[in-house]
Amino acid sequence: MKDELTTLEKTIAKDYAYGFSTVIATDVIPKGLNEQVIRLLSAKKEEPEWMLEWRLKAYRHWLTMEEPGWPNVHYPEIDYQDIIYYAAPKNKGKLNNLDEVDPELLRTFEKLGISLNEQKRLSGVAVDVVVDSISVATSFKEQLSAIGIIFCSISEAIQQHPELIKKYLGSVVPATDNFFAALNAAVFTDGSFCYIPAGVRCPMELSTYFRINTENSGQFERTLIIAEEGSYVSYLEGCTAPQRNENQLHAAVVELVAHKKAEIKYSTVQNWYPGDHDGKGGIYNFVTKRGLCQGDHSRISWTQVETGSAITWKYPSVILKGDYSVGEFYSVALTNHYQQADTGTKMIHLGKHTKSRIVSKGISAGFSQNSYRGLVRTGKHATGARNYSQCDSLLLSDHCGAHTFPYIEVKNATSIVEHEATTSKIGEDQLFYCKQRGIDAETAIALIVNGFAKEVMNKLPMEFAIEAKKLLAVSLEGSVG
Amino acid sequence: MLSITNIHASIEGKQILKGISLNIRPGEVHAIMGPNGSGKSTLAAVLAGREAYEVTEGSVSFLGKDLLPMLPEDRAHEGLFLAFQYPVEIPGVSTTNFIKAAVNEKRKYLGQEPLDAVAFMKLMKEKMAMLQIDQSLLSRSINEGFSGGEKKRNEIFQMAMLEPRLTILDEMDSGLDIDALRIVAAGINQLRTKDNSLLVITHYQRLLDYLEPDFVHVLYNGQIVRSGTKELALEIEQKGYDFIKEEAGLAESL
Repeated sequence: MKDELTTLEKTIAKDYAYGFSTVIATDVIPKGLNEQVIRLLSAKKEEPEWMLEWRLKAYRHWLTMEEPGWPNVHYPEIDYQDIIYYAAPKNKGKLNNLDEVDPELLRTFEKLGISLNEQKRLSGVAVDVVVDSISVATSFKEQLSAIGIIFCSISEAIQQHPELIKKYLGSVVPATDNFFAALNAAVFTDGSFCYIPAGVRCPMELSTYFRINTENSGQFERTLIIAEEGSYVSYLEGCTAPQRNENQLHAAVVELVAHKKAEIKYSTVQNWYPGDHDGKGGIYNFVTKRGLCQGDHSRISWTQVETGSAITWKYPSVILKGDYSVGEFYSVALTNHYQQADTGTKMIHLGKHTKSRIVSKGISAGFSQNSYRGLVRTGKHATGARNYSQCDSLLLSDHCGAHTFPYIEVKNATSIVEHEATTSKIGEDQLFYCKQRGIDAETAIALIVNGFAKEVMNKLPMEFAIEAKKLLAVSLEGSVG
Repeated sequence: MLSITNIHASIEGKQILKGISLNIRPGEVHAIMGPNGSGKSTLAAVLAGREAYEVTEGSVSFLGKDLLPMLPEDRAHEGLFLAFQYPVEIPGVSTTNFIKAAVNEKRKYLGQEPLDAVAFMKLMKEKMAMLQIDQSLLSRSINEGFSGGEKKRNEIFQMAMLEPRLTILDEMDSGLDIDALRIVAAGINQLRTKDNSLLVITHYQRLLDYLEPDFVHVLYNGQIVRSGTKELALEIEQKGYDFIKEEAGLAESL
């Protein structure tokens, strides 16, 4: 009796829908990491000398650093010499037109539900598509540049807008920030760049879709978003990877800068390959994301739905420097099988009357481990700072774990910090109650999980909320839709 | 409508039901009484298809179909409704969304189009008025923080929305004060038709004052030891279960 799987466990055995790989001509450099490799990839990208210097400095610093051991995750040691640091679909050149994109690649994205075809494209959403190490296409560029918005790959920005890159790259996450951020600074290959000029409200969602395709390659993307005074932008990233038996490393850095009265809303739907039912394979998602509320009354909001990756290690944070600035973090992290997630946020209150809000929903199933780790710090000068944190965990099996590690550091007596936490479990009783009403287990779990995550899902841009809702259901179920 | 033949059932190897036979026709109300541990709730669980129980012998036919091989959700779709003794709390799922899912899953099973939001609200308003259910109850998470009376009324409201052919009321009276009991019983009576049947599981005669059963069965030690009309319930109310136990004990020793 004890060894039999419960209905719940049977129901949440899932299959990954995006596990296929595409055979395309790929330009790959040999495995391994050294200064030569960095020079090679910088040369491939025709980068200016200052960029190469920046990378080499980061690399030399990285060599002195140690991989962090504090996260509540376990994995065999990563051999950094066994990774391919540059892989790119061939015949990139300068694409003026999407028709020049490899048709096989276009088909891949059709299959992923993302149409690169101008006519069929989701209206109101501009997409930058990154495959392995490079950006292959960016849409709606002309329309956006007409109102002064720059939306392009970061490689292109290094060429076209060096003054902005020099000013902002590494300004929020320094090249020496942490082990994975330093690695990223040394070897990042592409990512998106957005610049919203003063007073402009970006009329459409900007989004980047990341796809790892090449075996044994790592993806190191870098995204930089700058919102000038009084501007607004909503940005979304999505990602998938083929199903492979080896673990692949994804170490990204995202930096956001919000000037006076500017607002950045950054949403992530993360669905990297999570590994198989026995925990074999999957992406190591070691990511540093940080936003700086530079100006007074600025606002940065992170929303994330994390369902993929074998291991997730990320803490999208906000430095609340401007007075009256607001930081928000809304997260749903779902782990199943042998997935591990150690995720949360840091809210650093420096300015006066700064406010932050943290809502974290962790869902654990199978044999997975799901940790929330969050820091709320109010500095000496943060008079009247306020924080509200809420961390809820939902357990779906007897073998999984949910952990909460809240850190609170208050250095100003006028600040108010609140923390609430709950843990609940979907039980066989709840499932039977649903079934007796004619609702089968799959539908019941979707209903319960979506009810649990609703507060966060409501924060996603409308175009993606439905997709994300489905993703949650699919990540837990054998067959839905 | 429901025909139970010689049902034996066990949980974790322990025999609970030891040969129960019962026949319920359309429009009838049957009451099952019995002391604690006699197997009353097990009978309800077995009929609803709770997986932990194993039926070792016997058969059940419901509306001409073999009930036991059916999944619990299909039994529900076929028209079997169990009003729970302890309705389960599901945080985050509003009562309205829950009932909507239930109604539309049943329609899907029956090959009907799902109700759209407007049609569903219309149906809900109608049933709410009939049972005097307050809107505020329906926007809350299902059963979460509900009082005993609210939980039971919510069960009856779901029964009204799903329009079952056979309703099993498992200890409907537990956790209810006399006023709440009267309201719940009145709701059940409103939903009665000549085609629908009730199987009322209870300790006490009290609920039967309101629901007036056609037949009363006394369950003891996994078997029906006596059947009669509603007067049997009154007799039990006066004498307690001891005389039944003695009779049963006597029969066993013979």
